[in-house]
Amino acid sequence: MNESTVKANRANRWALWGIKGMVGIVVLILIALLGYILITGVPHVSWHFLTSPSKEFGAGGGIANELFNSIYILVITLVISCPLALGAGIYLSEFAKPSWLTSTVRTLIEVLSSLPSIVVGLFGYLVLVIKFQLDFSIISGAFALMFVNLPLLTRNTEEALTAVPHSQREAGWALGLSQWRTITKIILPAAVPGLVTGVILSAGRIFGEAAALIFTAGQSTPVISYSNWNPFSPTSFLNPMRPAETLAVHIWKLNTDGITPDADQISSGASAVLIIVILLIILLSRYLGNYCYRKMSGTK
Amino acid sequence: MNNIQKRLMKPSAATRQDRRGRWISFICVSFIMILTVSIIGFIAIHGLATFTDNHISVWDFLTKSDWNPGQMGANGKPEVGALAMIVASFAVTLLAALFATPFAVAVAVYMTELAPKKGARMLQPVIELLVGIPSVVYGFVGLVVIVPALRTVFGGTGFGVLAGAIVLFVMILPTITSLTIDSLKQVPGYYRNASLALGATRWQTIYKVILRAALPGIMTAVVFGMARAFGEALAVQMVIGNAAIVPTNLVSPTSTLTSQLTSQMGDTIMGTLPNNALWSLALVLLLMSVIFNVLVKLIGKRGELK
Repeated sequence: MNESTVKANRANRWALWGIKGMVGIVVLILIALLGYILITGVPHVSWHFLTSPSKEFGAGGGIANELFNSIYILVITLVISCPLALGAGIYLSEFAKPSWLTSTVRTLIEVLSSLPSIVVGLFGYLVLVIKFQLDFSIISGAFALMFVNLPLLTRNTEEALTAVPHSQREAGWALGLSQWRTITKIILPAAVPGLVTGVILSAGRIFGEAAALIFTAGQSTPVISYSNWNPFSPTSFLNPMRPAETLAVHIWKLNTDGITPDADQISSGASAVLIIVILLIILLSRYLGNYCYRKMSGTK
Repeated sequence: MNNIQKRLMKPSAATRQDRRGRWISFICVSFIMILTVSIIGFIAIHGLATFTDNHISVWDFLTKSDWNPGQMGANGKPEVGALAMIVASFAVTLLAALFATPFAVAVAVYMTELAPKKGARMLQPVIELLVGIPSVVYGFVGLVVIVPALRTVFGGTGFGVLAGAIVLFVMILPTITSLTIDSLKQVPGYYRNASLALGATRWQTIYKVILRAALPGIMTAVVFGMARAFGEALAVQMVIGNAAIVPTNLVSPTSTLTSQLTSQMGDTIMGTLPNNALWSLALVLLLMSVIFNVLVKLIGKRGELK
């Protein structure tokens, strides 16, 4: 063995160990982060914490309204963004032929998905809250979140649809089905596992989103009653026109201008809840994706 | 006879359905296009008001560092110099990318080259989880862990560029990693085989062949990560200190474009100069995000040529 080979081998050994060391550091960072959040947070999570309203000045407040608002806004966002993303995804994967129009569409979707969410939030503030006079409300927040969610979900839908083998389309056409029928009856069902996973993962992403919400859904929640099921009543929990502070916004607010004495405890508890919900969402997406896949493909 | 002709000439039910479906899906796409254009338009109109309505010079806005739009400065003009925010935004972004890139590339190389099956299966959830953690949680951990730690090590308040960069480092790590993995996977297998057959070591193959071949992809990944870091608002706002001063060192409080926007937008009145000046900051943010997009496109084009 000559000298350069020895040198190369030594460099090889060191470099590979270096890479493994850096991977180890990344894993440690994640473990430390999750460990810290869960260990400091979980002890503060109790039934009382989850079911009592937050307090502006005193200690001992809970996160009931914030948790409900987060889920409620998430549901409305998904209800309005899924059909749009589905339609746009269908167009891009099935109808769009390579042309200047298509490439413009793709560029605009890329731009939209890379816009900082605070910019999207400010646009929501300008247009929804002020121009359309929706005020700080659940509906403004849901629209703002939809703007954040649309490009990601559209791309996801497009990918899920393109992943369906082309032979499926040919089979549909060969049977004399129109293109639209082929899409709705063959392609969409075949893409369901991918679509479901995409929607749930996007739900996880927007569940923790706060920047787009602080100037659209607002930073406070009025006194609401969980027994008032009339969505038009201002005190009803279902009223979409009331301001609603979400869990993520609550954590942010407590740590920037909160005057609650136990802000740290509430933040760590709320962070733990947020993380746990997102973990559950990730697990659910895996499970449902696999489940749908097994159902569709008939494999056990 | 005529009746039959009419029926034959009319589009069938399937054709009509086809057209309708095409229209509906096109409307969805148009909505996204209109939305993007109107976001850019609205922010641009409001952001330019500082210069057109309030007659602040663009040059002063970009190069002066006295930020006090609510009051008159010494020369009788309001002080609208955004340099501090611009510098701080770039500082945290570059520093975060500098920290994150080596780790991201290491993780990506490990996952694709060194321990393909088992390592990849173990690291995939790590990356997914890091993406999943909301930014306010990063900000909160930064506030209660990183800032006090920096305070004890470096003195000062602990708030500042370094705290922001550390928080952003963890946030953009998964973005850069997953995009780098994609580009490493596109390097054809025969590159590896050829290099190894020539007697190159693993590391030589990785360093001289695979990383070189994937370089455009890795650069794109870094730009995407930087775009994310540049636009991140709340996590940075919680740890940066929010004082509109040009950062003199890494642990003195300063303010980024996003943090200034988040903390001040609620305190100003629409249509006044302090408010317009904030919209100008938003415009700078928007332009930067468009520039990052263009950069990605350019790198992609360059990569194709090789």
